[in-house]
Formats: sequence, structure tokens, C-alpha cells
Amino acid sequence: MSATNKTTGTARSTTPIVEVREIGKSYGPVNALSGVSTTVNTGEVTCVLGDNGAGKSTFIKILAGVHTPSEGELLLDGEPVRFSSPRAALDAGIATVYQDLAVVPLMPVWRNFFLGSELTRGVGPLRRLDVKEMKRITYTELDNMGIDLRDVDQPIGTLSGGERQCVAIARAVYFGARVLILDEPTAALGVKQSGVVLKYIARSRDRGLGVVFITHNPHHAYPVGDRFLLLNRGSSLGNFEKKEITLGQLTSLMAGGAELDSLAHELEREMGRESSLVQQFEAEAERLPGVVGEAGSRVRE
Amino acid sequence: MTTTDIVTVGNRPRLERRPLRKIFARPEIGALVAALAVMLFFSVYTSNFMTLSGAGVWLESASTFGIMAVAVALLMIGGEFDLSAGVMTGFTALIVGVLTSHYGLNIWVAVLISLVAALAVGALNGFLVMRTGLPSFIVTLGTFFVLAGIDLAVTKLITGQVAIQGMTRVPFYDSVQPLFGSSIQIGGGTFYVSVLWWFAATILATWVLLRTRAGNWIFAVGGQLNSSRQVGVPVLKTKVGLFMTTAGAAWLVGMISLFRTSTVQANTGVGQEFIYIICAVVGGCLLTGGYGSAIGAALGALIYGMVFQGITFAQWDTNWLRTFLGAMLLLAVFLNHFVRTRAGGAR
Ligand SMILES: Nc1ncnc2c1ncn2[C@@H]1O[C@H](COP(=O)(O)OP(=O)(O)O)[C@@H](O)[C@H]1O
Ligand SMILES: [Mg+2]
Repeated sequence: MSATNKTTGTARSTTPIVEVREIGKSYGPVNALSGVSTTVNTGEVTCVLGDNGAGKSTFIKILAGVHTPSEGELLLDGEPVRFSSPRAALDAGIATVYQDLAVVPLMPVWRNFFLGSELTRGVGPLRRLDVKEMKRITYTELDNMGIDLRDVDQPIGTLSGGERQCVAIARAVYFGARVLILDEPTAALGVKQSGVVLKYIARSRDRGLGVVFITHNPHHAYPVGDRFLLLNRGSSLGNFEKKEITLGQLTSLMAGGAELDSLAHELEREMGRESSLVQQFEAEAERLPGVVGEAGSRVRE
Repeated sequence: MTTTDIVTVGNRPRLERRPLRKIFARPEIGALVAALAVMLFFSVYTSNFMTLSGAGVWLESASTFGIMAVAVALLMIGGEFDLSAGVMTGFTALIVGVLTSHYGLNIWVAVLISLVAALAVGALNGFLVMRTGLPSFIVTLGTFFVLAGIDLAVTKLITGQVAIQGMTRVPFYDSVQPLFGSSIQIGGGTFYVSVLWWFAATILATWVLLRTRAGNWIFAVGGQLNSSRQVGVPVLKTKVGLFMTTAGAAWLVGMISLFRTSTVQANTGVGQEFIYIICAVVGGCLLTGGYGSAIGAALGALIYGMVFQGITFAQWDTNWLRTFLGAMLLLAVFLNHFVRTRAGGAR
């Protein structure tokens, strides 16, 4: 398993913002995640891929401070950390945009943008919202992300799903996020809307954020991703840099390869990894179309 | 393939600006139009509606309902109901009445005690709702009946009657009375101080709603509770504060009715909670929370006051008032529903 770390660890000279090592989480008897490692670097997108129930949400909830890991280590700027609450993660610059986006549909865009962190001026009973400034900042921040809303006064519910995602992302970026976690931002969107969101993921990356992009769609992940963490039934199928894997390999690994490989993985746990049966399965997985040579071998040591 | 989509979407035309539609999307616009229509109708139909003496009567009528409607509107925007708001106006007045006329307590102290009691009941409502997660409709229905029972039983137990009279004989009554029950004569019309309280409450509530952080939080907790939590809005503080505000308003109205008439009935306020809600809804508040306006609620109360007195001026059977209110409510709900589906928030 240390090979996985080496692949990502030695390729970079700079320290990743976030590094997870052999992290795991069980909900009581349910082992939702185990032995997962990856890194999040400045100006890069780390994609977390996997089917429903693969453990993607569990993984990001650990990063976001919602859950504390049952095993493994979380490093922030190279230092081990333990987030006691989502607030703690947020204070460390890790912002999460959940699927429900944390917006209030009937409220204007600018009020949503600053909700919970409103700007005020004046003191005592005259302390009041700095409406003009908040509108201005909302407009400029969205504009910087390439979203041209002439009217930041419209209810956010009137925006399209993709635009709402983008406002949520812009908000996280403005409030000082260094790491942006997006939980399946494109899952409920059509092709075009997904495109818009992917564009803002790329923009956030270009602004120097580390992005964690969760999706079950390799076609969404591949164009923007720099690193791909594949999850299946709570364990890692591998952690690839973009140059190590093609879209075809990624897709096929998620589809067929995933099944075979996880079976091999399960057997490995049961019977020890030297078992001939495990070796046989691994060989089988490698022979699958699409998952060739190097990529396949990276799945296991 | 994805890249071309990005480009296409990126070049999408800008959203148009439609100022007229923006005005009609204001929550209070319906109430404003209705208020003008009602005013016009009774001004033409009756001779004394649009006189100073007439105006004094319907403004007074609207004022106490207006104070409550504004507070209830804030609460409704925050996503909650308070069915105990009506009975609380009687509860606070009775506390002052019993403590002063029966136990001889200083009237200023009694007025303060009754405020504290009201705020405590409001806080209790808020904590019960927030801690149990039960709908406020049910929780405050409970406190409504508890208080209604207390009002009657305790008043009867202590005074042997179902009303408190002779408040004017209480020492220092005259020092408190101007604050809540005084009036001035302008050209044959009697204008009560309660009208000023009503205007003040409306202005204050509008300021809070639109220009303070608390107002932002009120819209947020009523519009989407979970989202508010996630972005760090103090949900509990906001909701409990709203229930306490409503209770505080009920105290004010209790004092106004006590010091205007110098008597209080044990069943004062019972049944009026629905009128407050109707005024707020007519004023543009959504029953589902997250949308509405204090000015709208004040206009709703103005409509109520004008119709209430207008029907009397026109010498119609006053029972029509309820029918009118019901029809108004339905119309307002349909209008609000339409606005909501148009103004987004389909989710
Ligand atoms: N709070 C929880 N309690 C118990 N089991 C959970 C909980 N959350 C998730 N799980 C289980 O953990 C596994 C991974 O879930 P999740 O992380 O939500 O996957 P994904 O987001 O990839 O669909 C699933 O089998 C799920 O049933
Ligand atoms: Mg999930």
C-alpha cells in the first residue's frame, strides 16, 4: 500500500495542503471506509470517484470535520490534525459545498452569499447591514468566476442548478477556502449545467485552491482532474495521477475492473496477499480491456 | 465534448432586467392595492369614513391588530406560528390587574413583572419548539389552552369574577396610563397613542428585517433551516428571539387594552391569534416561512381595521366581517402561491 503514497508523494516537491494516509471510518459495525490515501495540492483537482455507497461522502465528511476517522492520519500542511467539528475544518480553510448547497432559495443572491457572515457598519443600535458593499462584492466575486449576474437582488431560487452551484463555490472561495470540497456537484445537472460547474472547478483551481471533486462520472472528472482516487465498497482501487491513466482506463476500472479488483482485495484480506487465488484475480483484473499495464499494476502493489 | 459545452454555456446571454416585475414581486404589493380599494370603497359608500373622527376610529381598531400582525409576521417569516399570541394579550393585562388591584403591588412593578412573564412564556414556546422539533402550531396550541385556562381559573379564584375593573383607583394609574392609553383630539377625531406604537413597531420591524443581521437570519431560518445551520446562522437564538418578540408585542397590546379601558376580561384575546395570522398572510407572508414583510402585515391590519369599522359605518350586519376576512385570506394565499412559484424556490 505504501506504493500508492509514493506515487503521489515523491512526484511533488511541495507539501500537499491536505494528505490522508490509510484513513478509515466505521459506523458501528459497518466499515464504510478503510485504507484510503490521497493528497490535495494547491492549484490541483483531486477527484474522488466511485459508485453509490462506495464511501465518497464518508471520505469527504472526514475531511470536512463532520466525522473523525476511526483509523489513519490526516495531515494539514504536513502536520497531523484532528478536526473536532465542521467549524474547525472551516477555520483551517477547508470549505465544503454539499449537495443541498446550503442556500435559501427565496433569498436574494447577495444575502445568500453573505449569510452567516454579513458585513455591517455603524455601532450599537445603528449597526446595520452594509448592503451596498455586500452587493458590490457579490457582483465582483461572481464576475471573477465568470458568472455575470446583472441583478444580485434576484432570489437565488431563480438561478439554474448550475448557477446556484457556482454561487456556492464562489462564496466558499471568497470566505478564504484553501481547500474546496464539492460533493457530487454535477449529479443532479444536465450536460450543459455540468459544463458550467466544471468550468468553475477549473477556475477555482486556477485561483490556487486545492479542489476535491466527488463524482461518479469519469467523463466529468477526467477533463478537470489532476489526480483520481477510486473508491469501491469503502476501499481504494487506486490513486492515480492524470498522466498514469487514460479516460478509457478510468471508465473501465470503475465499471468492470472495479468488481474483479475488489474481489481480489477482499480475498487478500481473507487469505493473505501471497495466496495464489489473489494473484490469479489480480492477473485477471489486469487483463481486462482498458486497464492495461502500469495502471492496473498500480491498483495493488 | 465537455469542453465545447462549457464554451456554449459560457456565452449564454445575460439575464434581462425587469424593474416592473421587481415591483410586483414585493410581498406587500397585494395588501397595498387591497387597502387602497377598501379605503376608496368606504369613503364613497359612507359619509363619515373619510373624516377625522372616522379615521380615528378605524386607525385605533387597526393599531392593536397591527402591532400583533407585525410581530406575528416576523415569526412567520422565521417559519413559525404562535397560537398563544392572542391569549397572551389578556394574560399580561390580567397579571397587572390582579397584582395591583388585588395585591396592591406598585403598578410600574406589576407592568414590568407582566413583561417578564410574557417574555418567559415566549422563550418557553421557542425552546419547546426547537428542542422537541415539533411543529410550533401544536406546541403553541398547547400553551394557548394552558394560558386560556389559567386566565379564567386564576382570575376567578382570586377575584371571584371573570373580569378586573376599577383599575383607575389603583395608585399611580395615571402615571402609566398616558404611555399606553392616552389620546389626542384632532378636529373632532380621537387619535390614540396606540397608533404611534403601531407605526413604531412597523418601522422597527422593517428596519430589523431588511437592514440587520438578525433580519437576514429570520429570512434564512424560515426559508431553509438546514442551510442556515450549515453557514453558521444562530438558529436557536433567532427562533427563540422571535417567539419572545411576539410575546413582547402581546404584552404591549395587553397594556394598551388595559390602560385604554381600565378593565380587562378573563377571555381577552382568545380567538384573535387567527386574525393576526390572517393580517400577516394578507400582507404577503408565506405560511411556509422565509418570505413576507412587516409593512405588508401592517397593511393587512389596516384593511382589517377599515373593514371592521367600515361595516359599522355602512350599518351592515357586522357578521359579514368574518366572511370578508376569510375571502381576503383565500385571495391572499392564492396570490402568494402564485408569487412563490414565479419568484423561484420551486424546491
Ligand atoms: N451514518 C451512517 N451510519 C451507518 N452507515 C453509513 C452511514 N453513512 C454511510 N453509511 C454507509 O457507508 C457506506 C458508504 O456510504 P457513503 O459514504 O454515503 O457512500 P457514497 O457517498 O459513495 O454513496 C454505505 O454502505 C452506507 O450505507
Ligand atoms: Mg454520497
